[in-house]
Amino acid sequence: MNFELTEERQMLQDTLRRFLAGASGDVWQGLAELGVIGALFDEGQGGFGGTGFDLSVVFEELGRADLVIPLIDNALVPGRLLVAAGESVEELIGGSKRLAFAHTEVTARYDLHRVETTARADRLSGEKTIVIGAEDADVLLVSARHSGDADMTAGIGLWQIAKDAPGLITRGYDIAQGGRAAEVTLNNTPGTPILAEAYDAIAGAIAAGTLAQAAETLGAMETAIEMTRDYLGTRKQFGRSIGTFQALAHRLVDLMAELEQARSAVILGAANLEADSETRDRHLSVTKNILGRAGRLVAEDTIQMHGGIGMTQEYALGRYAKRIVMADHRFGDTDHHLEQFIALGR
Amino acid sequence: MNLNLSSDDEAFRTEVRAFLKTSLPKELSEKVRRFEGASKADYDFWHDKLNEKGWLAPNWPKRFGGAEWNAVQRHIFEEECAMANAPRVVPFGIAMLGPVLQKFGSDAQRDHWLPRILNGEDWWCQGYSEPGAGSDLAALRTSAVRDGDHYVVNGQKTWTTLGQHANMIFCLVRTDGDAKKQEGISFLLIDMTTPGVEIRPITLIDGTAEVNEVWFTDVRVPVANLVGEENKGWTYAKYLLTHERTNIVGIGFSRAGLAVVKRMANLAQSRGRPLIENPFFAARVAQVEMDLMAMAVTNLRMVFKAAAGQAPGVESSLLKIKGTQIRQEITDLARRAAGPHAMPFASEAVDGSNAPLPDPFDAGRVTGTYFNNRKLSIFGGSNEIQREIYSKHLMRDAK
Repeated sequence: MNFELTEERQMLQDTLRRFLAGASGDVWQGLAELGVIGALFDEGQGGFGGTGFDLSVVFEELGRADLVIPLIDNALVPGRLLVAAGESVEELIGGSKRLAFAHTEVTARYDLHRVETTARADRLSGEKTIVIGAEDADVLLVSARHSGDADMTAGIGLWQIAKDAPGLITRGYDIAQGGRAAEVTLNNTPGTPILAEAYDAIAGAIAAGTLAQAAETLGAMETAIEMTRDYLGTRKQFGRSIGTFQALAHRLVDLMAELEQARSAVILGAANLEADSETRDRHLSVTKNILGRAGRLVAEDTIQMHGGIGMTQEYALGRYAKRIVMADHRFGDTDHHLEQFIALGR
Repeated sequence: MNLNLSSDDEAFRTEVRAFLKTSLPKELSEKVRRFEGASKADYDFWHDKLNEKGWLAPNWPKRFGGAEWNAVQRHIFEEECAMANAPRVVPFGIAMLGPVLQKFGSDAQRDHWLPRILNGEDWWCQGYSEPGAGSDLAALRTSAVRDGDHYVVNGQKTWTTLGQHANMIFCLVRTDGDAKKQEGISFLLIDMTTPGVEIRPITLIDGTAEVNEVWFTDVRVPVANLVGEENKGWTYAKYLLTHERTNIVGIGFSRAGLAVVKRMANLAQSRGRPLIENPFFAARVAQVEMDLMAMAVTNLRMVFKAAAGQAPGVESSLLKIKGTQIRQEITDLARRAAGPHAMPFASEAVDGSNAPLPDPFDAGRVTGTYFNNRKLSIFGGSNEIQREIYSKHLMRDAK
């Protein structure tokens, strides 16, 4: 076994870390020029990566930075869907086109097949909820049901819909982890069909998103713990730095143990992203469940060890903590993946 | 043992319920249920309602205009108010300063300040913590130097809750810089409209700005505003903190929060069924409900001890630790119950760029409240400080 990064991935990590350290504002084009979007796709698709370990390197770095970059929502997940549909991702890799995937509906919670938006002769009607990055997208990919009912995986197709399509209404708002999402209403909205039976493609794209989200959370946890270590070293109460109190120092060590568990859980998910769907999903449930549990502990304990300052918007720790906690609300939470792991286990 | 309340106490509970039913407007209780935060007008309205009834100050003696209830009645009242989603009574004047003035203030101070707390003429906030004095409160450095009939105050306070509404602040200040750190502290009442007082809000991670920083630059405070004796402020502060700590358990808030969670879990769907039927989620709810039922008995044991005239002791530290853990667990459940709909997020500083947030489970600000409630284990003496207090007490008797 070898747990070292390959030379290429090490270079990608170094380049990305340097870039993000000095970045602010809209970094999309910069990321495209560095080849970061290309790293999410394989050579056949016009990229130069695309495996689980390419994703984990990229998203862990994004997680370490104090920036909110919707790379999962505007590139990775919709890009994987395009690939599955046999469409080109060249403009996406080049940074000139962004997409978003309008899929989740209110009754679905974390189930991927509960789609009630309907498609009749390539016209879509329904309500999509919490579509992250919808406002920044040039084109929406929308799932809809052409046959069957909400309990079935069959009968779900994919359509491309232009942002100015008739009957399309997008209402945006802030989300707790930073960034924006939108409610998307479709009322007899015309779309271009790209995939007739899309469930497997959706499950594959969401699997990649799940791994990416976990790696991003891992990166944010690393930073939150580093900030807390530094705070324990500098903050003085009762005439000494608070890191000299065992109650706090030992607690930080417990978080380090959780962090290493989380790191291994991400490696486990990355190594299985290309496996058959059952193996892949079972391992990603391990990844997401462990990140959910460890993440909550790290977010809550790092705030607690900082005291009031950890709760202020001005200080970066709180922003990391919010991203860590809110990651559990994406692609299935701790309980959802516990349930899925049991269902897929023998 | 008998876990039933006396018939008098039950009658009292009925009376409180009837009052809440007629006096608490639905739009206000809905706002509280949805964690939307009460405005100053909401607080003023509710304080006035309670004051008209003579119920604003449950812990004060009748001669000062209080209800003079015993600990059991106070407990019943707090629980019923919380379960009815009434706004909380702002504690700084009623629960904190009032008892200090009654015990340590002069007659002139009592006559002047106490009625103004009840009728809402003064809104008090608490000037304790400083940037360098949090858990180590006695390290505070804000100074008050005597100059004729005045003290001249310089320094900075922080985490001043609802200070943006306040016109008065009670402060711990250092009047003797040479004394041992607890011994040079005095308790001073400061008018926030005095020149040299500046206040600035601190935005928290939930987007609200309920806490503030307060600066004092050469602020002249009449000597008449010193409570008790100079350099004895630490004694009064500790007395006040005991009151702060007993109110922090929040059984009623936990019960109300649990009701919110169950309501959401009936409206939200999981795997095509109501979320409340999902065994994983149901197990989480059941577990915290069990903890809460036991906690309520622990709390009642303390309440009846207090009603029998025994002051709340060091065990209030245990109550704070367990009580805040349960409250935090419940707001965690509310966030979880919302699923993906925990993400939409409105900060108080709405800039108009947000469409109305999707809220299919009519839950309001559950995510903001989850983050905001991290404060429960930080303020009022952090849970680490409570453990320190209790462990010292515990080990003192070790053989």
